[in-house]
Amino acid sequence: MNELQKKYSNEIETILAKYPPERRRSAVMPLLYLAQANDGSVTRQAAGEIADILEMGVTEVASIIGFYTLFHLEEGGRYRIQVCNDLPCALRGADEFLEELSQRLGIAVGETTADGLFTLEAVKCLAACDRAPMFQLQGGGDIKYYEDQSVDMVMALVEDLRQKTSKEGAA
Amino acid sequence: MTVKQTFVLLRHREIENIDQLDVYRQHGGFESFKKAVTGMTPADVITVVSDSGLRGRGGAGFPTGRKWQFIPNDIWPHYVVANADESEPGTFKDREIMEKNPFQYLEGLMIASYAVGANLSYTYLRGEFWPVAAHLDRCTAELEQAGLLGDNLFGTEYSLRLRTHLGAGAYICGEETALLESLEGYPGQPRLKPPFPAVVGLFEKPTVINNIETLTSLPLILEKGCHWYRSLGTKDSSGTKVFSLSGCVQKPGNYELLLGASFRDLIYGLGGGPPEGRKVKAVMTAGASSVVLPVPDDAFLDTPMAYETLGDLGAPLGSASVIVLDENVNLAWLVQKTCDFFKHESCGKCTPCREGCFWMKALIDRIMAGEGQSSDIDLLRSVALQIRNKTLCPLGEFASVPVVSAIDQFRADFETMVRS
Repeated sequence: MNELQKKYSNEIETILAKYPPERRRSAVMPLLYLAQANDGSVTRQAAGEIADILEMGVTEVASIIGFYTLFHLEEGGRYRIQVCNDLPCALRGADEFLEELSQRLGIAVGETTADGLFTLEAVKCLAACDRAPMFQLQGGGDIKYYEDQSVDMVMALVEDLRQKTSKEGAA
Repeated sequence: MTVKQTFVLLRHREIENIDQLDVYRQHGGFESFKKAVTGMTPADVITVVSDSGLRGRGGAGFPTGRKWQFIPNDIWPHYVVANADESEPGTFKDREIMEKNPFQYLEGLMIASYAVGANLSYTYLRGEFWPVAAHLDRCTAELEQAGLLGDNLFGTEYSLRLRTHLGAGAYICGEETALLESLEGYPGQPRLKPPFPAVVGLFEKPTVINNIETLTSLPLILEKGCHWYRSLGTKDSSGTKVFSLSGCVQKPGNYELLLGASFRDLIYGLGGGPPEGRKVKAVMTAGASSVVLPVPDDAFLDTPMAYETLGDLGAPLGSASVIVLDENVNLAWLVQKTCDFFKHESCGKCTPCREGCFWMKALIDRIMAGEGQSSDIDLLRSVALQIRNKTLCPLGEFASVPVVSAIDQFRADFETMVRS
């Protein structure tokens, strides 16, 4: 039993039960979500463990991580602020929103704040075009939408998450 | 001007708490599924759906009943896969349906499953719809507890189980064979067709892939009959459609209208028109991949939005994701946005799409940086045309369409950006 199996034995069993037994490979994406739930990225070790569980090659697992944008090999911030600036959102001011947010956070798009908590990213359409500016927060094993946003609202959220994290650190 | 919406799909806007199982059942919920399983053969169900004139709401507009008829009855098992990848810029209808009216969607999926003899069906959701998938899983568990899903339903031999599967951020997975690849644990790259999924689909078995909105239409079609459904909309476009309205309008959002409603009804009657009284310059009817349709005069706004009318204009209705562009929008800027999107989302399998999207982006970036020449506009148009008819799936075509139509209709917008 590898580390992933020890940590998530119930979850893995539930995931595998979704697919016909001879089609275990279908579980690769759900297992990758599980593997990056903790640190926000998939470690080499976890990728190898998933390959073992599903009886696939580790390069095949890597090809999945590389192809899909929600999987991350490189470490980013604990939270990823992913702003959509595609056409419909841009028509509602998403580009200006992203630029101002970048200034207020003191980082360029693609960079991570000095405390390692937030990575700011521009992403493709998130199917919330009528409520732009909007972003999703990916982190802590979750993805959450924030819609009809102002930069002040994001900064308030950032402050909340910073305080929450420092409390966790103190406890 | 007040425009009345007709709620066949967005019924949560009329019926409070329809996302609760008991409330949904009080309003006739799951009676259609029960009627089908206990009193109709699968062929009967397919006949009703064919006769209703329902067409696929994901974009292609293919007749749903006919799609189901392609499933062979000598290869088993069969699967239904619901396409909730919803990734076209400008499209945001399926998410609202699944969040707010989940049981009607699930009942539709169950009816489709029965109609094609599937005992296991999947909902493939884009990865960003993580909370929606969790919500559907909870609803599915409730249905199992209520005896509406599981083995030997209503004492018959029919059994059915539903599962969700999350993508992870790839527009291409909305293309049905790429979606199947993804569901099988591979990178989402389209397959060569034929064979079509109806014969060799999920796990190499016959598979029907339907859009969420298409499936959500089914319970009321079975309850009220195909004639009722045909009485809505136009002759070739029956029923209602959720229009996702975005861009330069004061009240963007989802609006459910009879097919054949006019642009004016949607953009002005419901959307409040562009801000500050600006004029509508153009519309895109199928999200970022659609033709840029110029609005030359006020009368144009009376054009009915139906499959046949917009098809005749060379601007297919698609998923009815209407992006409004007002007189302040420069179409060269718009093309930079769409090229950026498709360059990122091309899966890389077919060279004309992968390279074409790359070079279109490079050219429009040069033009927008003020470093292009007039001949670069022609080159951009030429690269766009070279992609067409040379790829396994429509993505390359999609990338090409806004570029060519914007240049052809609004060349002046590009000329102002280049060196003289």
